[in-house]
Amino acid sequence: MSSDLTPDLVTRRAQSPRRSMFLRMLVRAAVLRRGRAAAALLAMVVATAATTAMLNLYVDVQAKLHTEFRNYGANVVVVAKDGQSLPGDALQKIKFVLDGNGIAVPFAYVVARTANEQPVVVSGTDLDEVRKLDRWWSVTAWPAGAQDALVGVRAATLVAPEGQTFDLSFQGRKVRVNTGGILRTGSAEDSRVYLSLREFESWTGVQPSTIEIAASGSPEAVAAIVSKLALVLPEAEIRPVRQIMEGEARVLGKTRSTLLVCALLIIMTAALCMLSTLMGWVFDRRRDFAIMKALGASERLIGGFFVTEAAVLGAVGAIAGFGIGVAIAAWIGRVNFHAPVVPRFVVLPEVLAGGIAVALMAAVVPMFLLRRVQPATILRGE
Amino acid sequence: MFLRLVYESFRRQKRRKLLAGTAITLGVGVATAMIAVATDIGDKVSRELRTFGANIVVTPQDDSLDLQIAGIDLKPPSDGAYLNEADLPKIRGMFWHNNIVGFAPVLPVSVNVGEKNVALLGTYFSKRLTFGKEEFRTGVHAIYPWWKVSGAWPEDDSEDVLLGEKLATSLGLKTGDQIEVARQEHRVAGVLSTGGAEDDKIVAPLAVAQSTLGRPGAVRRLYVSAVTKPEDAFARRDPKSLRGPEFDRWYCSPYVQSIAYQLQEVIPHSHAEQIRQVAQNEGTVLTKIKGLMLLITLAALLAAALAVSAAMATAMFERRSEVGLMRALGAGSISVAAIFFAEALLLAVLGGSVGFAGGAVLARVIGRSIFDSQIGVDLVLFPIVIAIAVLVTFAGSALAIRRAVQFDPVYALRGEA
Repeated sequence: MSSDLTPDLVTRRAQSPRRSMFLRMLVRAAVLRRGRAAAALLAMVVATAATTAMLNLYVDVQAKLHTEFRNYGANVVVVAKDGQSLPGDALQKIKFVLDGNGIAVPFAYVVARTANEQPVVVSGTDLDEVRKLDRWWSVTAWPAGAQDALVGVRAATLVAPEGQTFDLSFQGRKVRVNTGGILRTGSAEDSRVYLSLREFESWTGVQPSTIEIAASGSPEAVAAIVSKLALVLPEAEIRPVRQIMEGEARVLGKTRSTLLVCALLIIMTAALCMLSTLMGWVFDRRRDFAIMKALGASERLIGGFFVTEAAVLGAVGAIAGFGIGVAIAAWIGRVNFHAPVVPRFVVLPEVLAGGIAVALMAAVVPMFLLRRVQPATILRGE
Repeated sequence: MFLRLVYESFRRQKRRKLLAGTAITLGVGVATAMIAVATDIGDKVSRELRTFGANIVVTPQDDSLDLQIAGIDLKPPSDGAYLNEADLPKIRGMFWHNNIVGFAPVLPVSVNVGEKNVALLGTYFSKRLTFGKEEFRTGVHAIYPWWKVSGAWPEDDSEDVLLGEKLATSLGLKTGDQIEVARQEHRVAGVLSTGGAEDDKIVAPLAVAQSTLGRPGAVRRLYVSAVTKPEDAFARRDPKSLRGPEFDRWYCSPYVQSIAYQLQEVIPHSHAEQIRQVAQNEGTVLTKIKGLMLLITLAALLAAALAVSAAMATAMFERRSEVGLMRALGAGSISVAAIFFAEALLLAVLGGSVGFAGGAVLARVIGRSIFDSQIGVDLVLFPIVIAIAVLVTFAGSALAIRRAVQFDPVYALRGEA
């Protein structure tokens, strides 16, 4: 048993003073020159914080802007073929395909007559959902009761100039509705009257012919939804709204490229400044280097010492910088998009590796330069 | 002596000066480029947002109601009022004419093709118009970039037409075929794909639609695509309630409301209205992107300032023994500080100038490669950027200089820092 232990003990005794000396040198170097170490660490933290914030924003900004672009309303429209109505279960099927990633609103249309025989387009829809889908609609008041209608501003001058109750007739059947609110959009909606779908169906018996969908997500996700819809609704026509999709893709693409260029610029500046600061710090310690060399330390030991020091500094700085960077990204998200940017821990290894790599480079370059110099020359202060 | 000290310090310590100078140059360069991009991004993105199509529609003032379902016009062509085509070039003479990306008049007509009733839309494709001595081109080509044509766009003064892709399939026609519309033969110049209601229509030059309808010079609606400023509370005020200078300010801001107001002025008996889907959302998206760039620029400026400060602090720290020597020779702390501040000032001005020039070039490259247009750097920015650079370098060196001056010269000279 003792024969088992002895060689182990011997090696431990032989190594332990050297190991503790190595650690002590590292710790003392940082403690004694805490001003310089803090400056180098600060440069490291600033650089990694800027990098982390930019990477986080770059990854997240697309999702954030997609949400903003959904304010443009529907990006997919489902239309019944040849002016017929959609099957009754179409809305359920679409909601099942969407699975919560978007809004689907049915619209039914007829051309009705006013009291003085003027034609007007009347639409039945789910007004609560329209409110979420078409946020640009400027409405004086959203209708509350079942008999209340949302009247387009141009239609209002014809049917109810004073906001009163008015009659509409369709194929001999009459309905009396109140002006619940005035709608202004600048497009075809201004000439229409909107009723709640239930009221509309019991009056006209006409089923929805159009379902407008605002599908959220990337262009690929929307394309996937379109092809799934085509499978479940073969009797309808699925139209991606190219005006919205292409505009969105274009603006997003440009914004992302600008952001990428800015990110690269910032990361590059931060890395270079960090490199110069750290190099200055290592260069400044040529006396330590010379003393160690004069006392007979091997090249490997000195190299190991400086490299370990740089790596530790790099790691500590990178982790602190990562935390600050995530906080900056979250702050920008909250201020600008009113939703925090979710921290991506995926980028932590990259930031860590990058930080350590630059720190090592900062340590190795001065070492390489100093190696050829005689210790005596350095110690004399030349 | 003072000048000589500064000069010699630059001559003899090239490596250190180069390091600090590089840091300043880079910092100022990035800051300049970022400020230029951030100030210009609003204009650039707002031009990109024009790919969403027209944001103003002009209709005749006393028009009857539209009867439009899913993009199909059900209104009889005899019904309602028209705009006069001859008034359109006057848009070029408007106050904000430079902000008008393009406009396209439309005239829908219902025609028979064989047995089938088809909608025909008359418009400008890329029509050559003249206003005064000025010639310009405008039409759907400019304002609806998502319209794709396989084949060729018809000439505006020809009799050629475009067929919507669904209509072309159902009629069994392709590019180069002849189509009979209202007893007139037309050549199909190309097949149009828009992803909207136009896929079921014939799109023809405006003159063709007018002669089919028998109303020369008639335009049903006019779509205008204008670069606008995001709407604010002031923009929403009624121009009739504004007086004197307030009205001038409203009139001379490129709000969508004021551009619509000016369109009403140049086109008689018209009513211009913003298309809220496009106009309102443009403001939201633009504000978000501008906000994002502003915050990133702030972060970048902060990072650049800290980096420059850190580099300067390091550079100063290395020179304790120099300070010790000066102090030992009897220099007062003020004159020592003055030398170092003079060096910092020189570095900041030199590095800052180079950085500013570099940043301007960088901004130009970014503008060219991403937005296909220039991003200019205002020269007003130059003194501001230099002043900030000087301030940051001073801040970075101040602490190190203070400590070096306070340090006992004996220790500094012995190297026991």
